[in-house]
Amino acid sequence: MTRRLWSAPARGADVLIRGARVVDPLAGLDETLDVLVRKGRILQVGTGLEAPTGCRTIAADGWLLLPGFVDLHTHLRTPGREDEEDLASATRAAAAGGYVAIFAMANTDPVVDTASLVQALALRAQTEAVVPVGFFAAVTRGLRGEQLTEMWELAQAGAVGFSDDGRPLSSAHLTRRALQYAKVTDRFVAVHAEDESLTRGGVMHEGAVSAKLGLGGMPPVAESIEVDRALELAAYEQGRLHLCHLSTAASLEHLERAKKAGVQVTAEVTPHHLTLTDECIRSLDPNYKMNPPLRPEADRKALAQALRSGLIDCVATDHAPHAQQEKEVPFEDAPFGTLGLQTAFAAAHQTLVASGALKLPVLAERMSQSPARIAGMAVPTVQAGEEANLCLVDPRETWTVTSAELHSKAKNSAWLGAKMKTRVKLTIAAGSVAWEDGAR
Amino acid sequence: MAKRDLISIDDLSAADVDLLLDTAESFLPVLQRDIKKVPTLRGRTVINMFFESSTRTSTSFDLAAKRLSADTIGIKAKGSAVDKGESLKDTIITLSAYSPDIIVIRHPRAGACQLASANTTASIINAGDGKHQHPSQCLLDLFTLRQAFGRNLRGLKVAIVGDILHSRVARSDIAGFQLLGMDVTVIAPPTMMPREVDSLGVNVRYDLAELHKADVIYLLRIQQERITQGANFLPSLREYANVWGVTRSRLRPGQKVMHPGPINRGVEISAAVADDPDTLIAQQVEAGLAVRMAILYRTIVGSTDSDTKEAL
Amino acid sequence: MSRAATEAVVLTGDQLARTLTRIAHEILEKNASDTALAVVGIHTRGALLGRRLHGLLCQLSEREIPDGELDISFYRDDVAARGAPGVIPKTPQPVVKDTNLPFDVGGTTIILVDDVLYTGRTIRAAIDALFDYGRPDRIQLAVLVDRGHRELPIRPDYVGKNLPTALGERINVRLSEADGVDEVVLVRTAGEE
Repeated sequence: MTRRLWSAPARGADVLIRGARVVDPLAGLDETLDVLVRKGRILQVGTGLEAPTGCRTIAADGWLLLPGFVDLHTHLRTPGREDEEDLASATRAAAAGGYVAIFAMANTDPVVDTASLVQALALRAQTEAVVPVGFFAAVTRGLRGEQLTEMWELAQAGAVGFSDDGRPLSSAHLTRRALQYAKVTDRFVAVHAEDESLTRGGVMHEGAVSAKLGLGGMPPVAESIEVDRALELAAYEQGRLHLCHLSTAASLEHLERAKKAGVQVTAEVTPHHLTLTDECIRSLDPNYKMNPPLRPEADRKALAQALRSGLIDCVATDHAPHAQQEKEVPFEDAPFGTLGLQTAFAAAHQTLVASGALKLPVLAERMSQSPARIAGMAVPTVQAGEEANLCLVDPRETWTVTSAELHSKAKNSAWLGAKMKTRVKLTIAAGSVAWEDGAR
Repeated sequence: MAKRDLISIDDLSAADVDLLLDTAESFLPVLQRDIKKVPTLRGRTVINMFFESSTRTSTSFDLAAKRLSADTIGIKAKGSAVDKGESLKDTIITLSAYSPDIIVIRHPRAGACQLASANTTASIINAGDGKHQHPSQCLLDLFTLRQAFGRNLRGLKVAIVGDILHSRVARSDIAGFQLLGMDVTVIAPPTMMPREVDSLGVNVRYDLAELHKADVIYLLRIQQERITQGANFLPSLREYANVWGVTRSRLRPGQKVMHPGPINRGVEISAAVADDPDTLIAQQVEAGLAVRMAILYRTIVGSTDSDTKEAL
Repeated sequence: MSRAATEAVVLTGDQLARTLTRIAHEILEKNASDTALAVVGIHTRGALLGRRLHGLLCQLSEREIPDGELDISFYRDDVAARGAPGVIPKTPQPVVKDTNLPFDVGGTTIILVDDVLYTGRTIRAAIDALFDYGRPDRIQLAVLVDRGHRELPIRPDYVGKNLPTALGERINVRLSEADGVDEVVLVRTAGEE
């Protein structure tokens, strides 16, 4: 397996986490246990464990210990827009959100479309990243939708998959060729499904709220038409398809049919589509402007249900930093996107788990082990002998999302000002403490 | 600590609207005097920022402020710092240094007023933001209706005909008309009807078959750009006029026609109807001044902590 | 009608009627019979008193005297008293009432009528308002109660009752048209504040 993740070297953690509720579907755990981490490896999982000398203890009664989260959809803005986000700030935000690995999309400036660029980014990650980072490569050079990238070489360099995300693939022909050719790489093609001829001029979901606000609508069929097309092509070519940020119930119907027919397809949903609806936009706050747009409650519920059933494989943030001045404009002029890494688990946990829509082990699996499998990386699990990739969460700590709390350079969070009821206390990524709440 | 903005008709209760319209009515005698000015807003500053061309709205806000003795500054996007790429936020912050009391904004984008309001202590009055809202137009329409039909507009049937999808006037009027208990029908080609428009609580029709049921017919301007640039909202203006244009023969006696202007003769309204003295179109324009005076007055007017009468 | 313990009646209905009649006589004595008189009451209770005084004047002089009423909202000197910028006023906004002056203000002697004369600011506003309608020959001021505490150099020509008050006190003029009863009471409100 080629290496797909890079981070700055750090000292292996030595810590005894005592009395947390350990929830790990892969290990079949959901019970109160002690976990001893020595030199970055999980040494023991059990009860009544004692800290050896030189190893501190964290009293974690009432807290949750989960396999660390993996994000398949981060916009790093590096290279090119380091004023919005860089490897250090993004990985700090990721760590504070409980993530132990993130994968960056290729729509940077320049676009990640050559092996040398992947290698250069990997080198930078090895000095700046506090959480391991991997990289998507573009499907087409410069995201221009014309000529395929050198996928084999990009895969050798460590690209996790291929995506022109930010933009849809411009034609059925191109989608077909990408799915065909990517097979030489044992990587998947991640598709942003959107028929741009239907969304032109649109800034939000087309429906009752857009009718009220007079904002250009993005009809849900603009997504489901393209989802259907990509699925048909994946079936035809037996290619490996990953559907980015699904947002409509209709897309899920297509997905379900394809999965039943055995198409090699995986799909993701964002924390914002799982927890927010287009009703939020009545405030005209540009932080609620995303693409795909926030949808009505019926879609939100369908997405949560699909995540629960496994039809949707994983939660991915579509973390999209935008400079303050770019979002501080009238709603219609603002760019699409919200931050997501730092608030993803808290938002999903307090909305879906607290309401009973989703069981905690399922959420843990969809945020950690499932995306890790899609990425082809070592799957985080709380078992003796494994490298420590875990996070510790206080499920009852309330905090307010403020600019100061957000580690990203950009502050365009849809949760800005929101009261959260769940907080990540500790993240150990690749064996090292990447985040400890309160420690500076 | 909210301040008194007027961004959407939804910011107002029915009682607020009544108070505003009553206030507008008490400005009418002032506008008929030799001295058409009251000292109410003496020493106050009103900035009129128009990022989109407008004649009647900008002049009537400007004159309304002057009739109230306020100092006014007019800013148009062309020739201002905005032209040089200054952001709306920075323009607002810069102008706020002069401590204006009210900033009236017309902007091509929805959300401009919220952004402006967040960056100034001045009250923001929306003079039209994108396709979102145009509350002063709605208030002057209500004022016109009150003059024509009396104070109680409950049960009055209004048909709004035209490009509902792109019309901030339609959106404001639907909300304002309903607030006062009126029954609203929207009529438009299917391409110009917002999806899920019925969620706004209106009756939806795609032709003029039931036009005779309306007491008031409110026409919207059809813009040429909905046809050009491959937009394909309409095949042609001629076709629109044939199917949705309001002509005298399509009206029954007693129906009142309104239009926010500027009108397109021969498109949404025939010349004969436009020139008919029985329409309320001229009254709408006249109402604009008194209503905008009332809006400015109600934005500024406060109350002392002490008993209002005896403190005087 | 129950009465709060802190209220004291200072003019009963009978006294109020007699007081108005006396004022009417004084007005007719002070102004020559060929003077073009007009009565203008200030909203709300000044307008009601003005109407009564106008009736008395017509009756006593056997002349047709024009009358009208004035709302001074647009002339107040505290229009924008809204505390710090961006603060919503605490009390409801006053309703603007109609100004109705169905006669030519120019060349008349206007009897301006109000219920209580206090700081003088209402009268200042009323005089300003009148001048925007025309140029009266003179303006005379008639008030039912003068409670003192003037903040402007304004002096009434006709006073129903001089009633020195403390700042914490209030004068409530109640008129049957608006309040169902004719009386003037002194209210001690200091304790409430």
